[in-house]
Amino acid sequence: MTYQASFKVWRGDAEGGDLQDFTVDVNEGEVVLDIIHRLQATQAPDLAVRWNCKAGKCGSCSAEVNGRPRLLCMTRMSTFTESETITVTPLRTFPVTRDLVTDVSFNYEKARQIPAFAPPADLAPGEYRMQQMDVERSQEFRKCIECFLCQDVCHVVRDHEDNKASFAGPRFLMRIAELDMHPLDSADRRQVAREEHGLGFCNITKCCTEVCPEHIKITDNALIPLKERVVDRHYDPVVWLGNKIRRRDS
Amino acid sequence: MTDLERHEFDVVVIGAGGAGLRAAIEAREQGLRTAVICKSLFGKAHTVMAEGGIAASMGNANARDSWEVHFRDTMRGGKFLNNPRMAELHAKEAPQRVWELETYGALFDRTADGRISQRNFGGHEYPRLAHVGDRTGLELIRTLQQKIVSLQQEDHRDSGDYEARLKVFPELTVTDILKDGDGAVAGVFGYWRESGRFVQLSAPAVILATGGIGKSFKVTSNSWEYTGDGHALALRAGASLVNMEFIQFHPTGMVWPPSVKGILVTESVRGDGGVLRNSEGKRFMFDYVPDVFRGQYAETEEEADRWYKDPDSNKRPPELLPRDEVARAINTEVKEGRGSPHGGVFLDVSTRLPAEEIRRRLPSMHHQFKELADVDITAEPMEVGPTCHYVMGGVEVDADTAATRVPGLYAAGEVAGGMHGSNRLGGNSLSDLLVFGRRAGLGAAAYVAGLDARPVVAQPDVDEAAATALAPFREADENPYTVHQELQQRMNDLVGIIRREEEVREALKVLDGLDDRAASVGVEGHRQFNPGWHLALDLRNMLAVCRCVALAALERTESRGGHTREDFPGMDPQWRGVNLVCTLDGEGQVELRHQPVPEIRQDLLELFEYAELSKYLTGDELARRGPAPQDGSSA
Amino acid sequence: MAQVDQSSGGRPVRRGAADQGVNAPGRAQIAARTLRGDRWWLTPLVTFVCFTAWLLYGLVRASTQKDYFVADYGYLTPFASPCLSTSCVPGSAHFGTPFGDWPPLIPFAVLTLPFLLLFRLTCYYYRKAYYRSFWLSPPACAVAEPHRAYSGETRFPLIVQNLHRYFFYAAVIVSLINTYDVLHAFRGKNGSFGLGLGTLILLANVVLLWCYTLGCHSCRNIVGGRLNHFSRHPLRYKAWGWVSALNARHMTFAWVTLGSLVVTDAYIALVAAGAFGDLRIIN
Repeated sequence: MTYQASFKVWRGDAEGGDLQDFTVDVNEGEVVLDIIHRLQATQAPDLAVRWNCKAGKCGSCSAEVNGRPRLLCMTRMSTFTESETITVTPLRTFPVTRDLVTDVSFNYEKARQIPAFAPPADLAPGEYRMQQMDVERSQEFRKCIECFLCQDVCHVVRDHEDNKASFAGPRFLMRIAELDMHPLDSADRRQVAREEHGLGFCNITKCCTEVCPEHIKITDNALIPLKERVVDRHYDPVVWLGNKIRRRDS
Repeated sequence: MTDLERHEFDVVVIGAGGAGLRAAIEAREQGLRTAVICKSLFGKAHTVMAEGGIAASMGNANARDSWEVHFRDTMRGGKFLNNPRMAELHAKEAPQRVWELETYGALFDRTADGRISQRNFGGHEYPRLAHVGDRTGLELIRTLQQKIVSLQQEDHRDSGDYEARLKVFPELTVTDILKDGDGAVAGVFGYWRESGRFVQLSAPAVILATGGIGKSFKVTSNSWEYTGDGHALALRAGASLVNMEFIQFHPTGMVWPPSVKGILVTESVRGDGGVLRNSEGKRFMFDYVPDVFRGQYAETEEEADRWYKDPDSNKRPPELLPRDEVARAINTEVKEGRGSPHGGVFLDVSTRLPAEEIRRRLPSMHHQFKELADVDITAEPMEVGPTCHYVMGGVEVDADTAATRVPGLYAAGEVAGGMHGSNRLGGNSLSDLLVFGRRAGLGAAAYVAGLDARPVVAQPDVDEAAATALAPFREADENPYTVHQELQQRMNDLVGIIRREEEVREALKVLDGLDDRAASVGVEGHRQFNPGWHLALDLRNMLAVCRCVALAALERTESRGGHTREDFPGMDPQWRGVNLVCTLDGEGQVELRHQPVPEIRQDLLELFEYAELSKYLTGDELARRGPAPQDGSSA
Repeated sequence: MAQVDQSSGGRPVRRGAADQGVNAPGRAQIAARTLRGDRWWLTPLVTFVCFTAWLLYGLVRASTQKDYFVADYGYLTPFASPCLSTSCVPGSAHFGTPFGDWPPLIPFAVLTLPFLLLFRLTCYYYRKAYYRSFWLSPPACAVAEPHRAYSGETRFPLIVQNLHRYFFYAAVIVSLINTYDVLHAFRGKNGSFGLGLGTLILLANVVLLWCYTLGCHSCRNIVGGRLNHFSRHPLRYKAWGWVSALNARHMTFAWVTLGSLVVTDAYIALVAAGAFGDLRIIN
């Protein structure tokens, strides 16, 4: 069952680097991360790669395989032909640290800028009551393993470094959607989504959804509903009028 | 030293899993300047792998549940070797810790009346596990991570600096704990994985929350981080390890394909109706109910099946026995030739639940098997076998404060020992992290508040730590990967799920050889994100911990929980009262001593029926419990 | 907004500048714009060709004002509905003739077609499709786009996409009109009840149009998506569930209705022009 595969692995750092050729054994049932580990153990002991659980649950081993953002641990070798050359590079949206490891601190900075869950003031721990149907939407978004593949593939920042300051990326816009749909969150998040985190930059081209290893429908279930909620508040004259009238009534 | 980065904190938490983050939150809320050190990125800790749930007797699914019942289950699961005070605190405080998570933003699955849903699990008398599908660990870690962010946002509002009082150090490995001249903790020394640069964090209190040791074994559900760092740091700092012979082999890990061998298959599969069958199609667990549990588990398939619908008037299926029992049973089935094609047994949920229900309740299992093994669990059975999952043993701590015997050193979570006795129940790990993570934060805060002067780091200690860390950059033929692979293979074979005296003795000899080889490994390249170097440094931790495991496994001549001796298959009440404690002597050699297990308080003893206690305790201990008749206090 | 690249002598550069996007300083230096080796360009190309062909077909058919009605059986093509002028073929003006003579080249349905076009133009699915295939922003996932600057839908004109829900309301009205047209198609030559292949095509088309229209993302928000407590609005929750099910297939219906509109129109055109007779089932 073992065969020899051709790999091209990007090695280098911020100063420069290139794709290096390797020929390496592949056994049945292996994933790309197994092959990278085999390279470490046999040919390139200092090949840098970030990984952790090796079960698609922690989102550490994000990289690009044949040009597509992927988790190395969830990319099975059986999806390639034996003669195919497999190219592995680091994520191309974030600064490279070394080899396959990138500096993903952009994402942690954005995470810190999203206003946290605002718990209801009148409920003590243990008093929260929520219906399953009311938490299900946010639960889908909380499946996110923060692999940042969506952040990597999103052309808003991938192709435009200058947008990084004003755009939080799919992962964190989804976080805003999650909180906005939380049945007990007491904050209105539509304005920050539009004004501070660049929801309008998203042109819903759905690459985030395509690459999500958790199969979260980021675009259809988080970003578009959030856009619609922003329309409710900022762009819909009927809703605006309705609110005006209702406010006068009450 | 030119490239040493220095920081000052009040509390340094090593480890950013559930226990570490909960400890950091508590320390920060007590007003201390707190650092959290993660070996990997923030939010990637091994806690994300926990699937089933958090055990807490909230009584949402069955109002009869209470902390007393949870305490009883925990003690039974640990075969009465647990530190009873820890088990008591854990059972009492777990509900509050879970409810608290909701105020941080956690979204658990709900009951029909809007409360937190609770599911069945092995060893728990009532449905008790708060859960989110089968990704509870992810929910826990993300919730705590987001709580930390929210505290940082508060600090930012107050001071303009997110990191004024709570700072996260991602991808930093601690190699040594630094102490002052009086033996009190003064800080930690480590290196940035990314740059290889050295860091010294000075702090009067250090909380270990580094998790377990699974990476010393070949087949394991644990990630690369689980190299026993905290256990080894504690040992070298002068603290003691307890119960290290008890290692939990989770009964259901994946067995195929080889590259994913060991990855966990959650116990919820069984809690939600999955059954174990051998190659003959037989539900073999009915043959493996041990005497101590007889009467508590169903004896026929019909009764077991009725239990899912009507748990009050039927006994639970034996698939839900504590993990040690199920793991041994699977091991026996395979050994006796009734295993599946790839050396496991069949775990089948496809014939027990509709496909839609499986996808809803077990989404990540469905995903994991589909993506990694090409198996559709809604249509065919899984192949599973035991995998090294958890170490019950760990740093010996005070139950109330999580303090070790070294002033200023605390430990919580998997790295701490005692709570689970000889075997941990599923779901008790996440609650353990929360309960004792918080207590460690409180304990450290109280300690720091009571100090007159801050302990000072001695420069020679820092220089020595740096020299030790740089030692692997030498010209040598020995490769750290080879040494590690051999360690994993030999530990798996010789000190694995079933142990024998000769084999454990051989393991100790193997460890001698590996110690020498590890001391002479050489690594190539430079210090920037160099995995070979990282592994070389982790090796000495794994070797120290493995020696404790092997010595204790050799010493304990009985079988109990996560320690099975083929040559001593029975449980011995005399050993029930004995903890094996591991320390380093003056020369840095591992020493093992006997120490009595902390006594079970009278009121806690009275929670058990006399007949049950008589299966575990010696005559003297039973006498203390009082006479058998008129036993009305238990229920 | 667009920065000027010094090396190109002050002209804005369209593609692959040295310090842009995936080549920005600090990122892994890889010369290729994409390392994807699959045929990532195929989908945007097919989309481009199909959309262009459809628009041309629609333009020609709507502006020629010919063969849009089969008087015998009441078949009116959606491209000419509603027909509201005295120029309309007798019988085709289902809503009367408030307008007098209609000028040539102006589609009879000029009151509705622009709204339908805008409904589809601002549709979240079509936006994805044409941003990718017409504007190459991006052409495919992880394939660098050729533009130097990008502001998405944050400013005029693309900020207008946010009015999608109004075009949705209009589309609902048009769908009602189309439905009414189908009722007229249930008749035979003598004016009594009848059913032909044309009726079935018109019916299928209108059902598909409803599936597309009601599966709209804006509709999903209006019906229930904006609620945070489904449990307090059981009927809206149920409706949201149905709309969500349609919404999950929004792309499919977007394409299928393009096809069904052409099939319906072409069938009516061919029958009206006498190329073949309608296949009658009843009367």
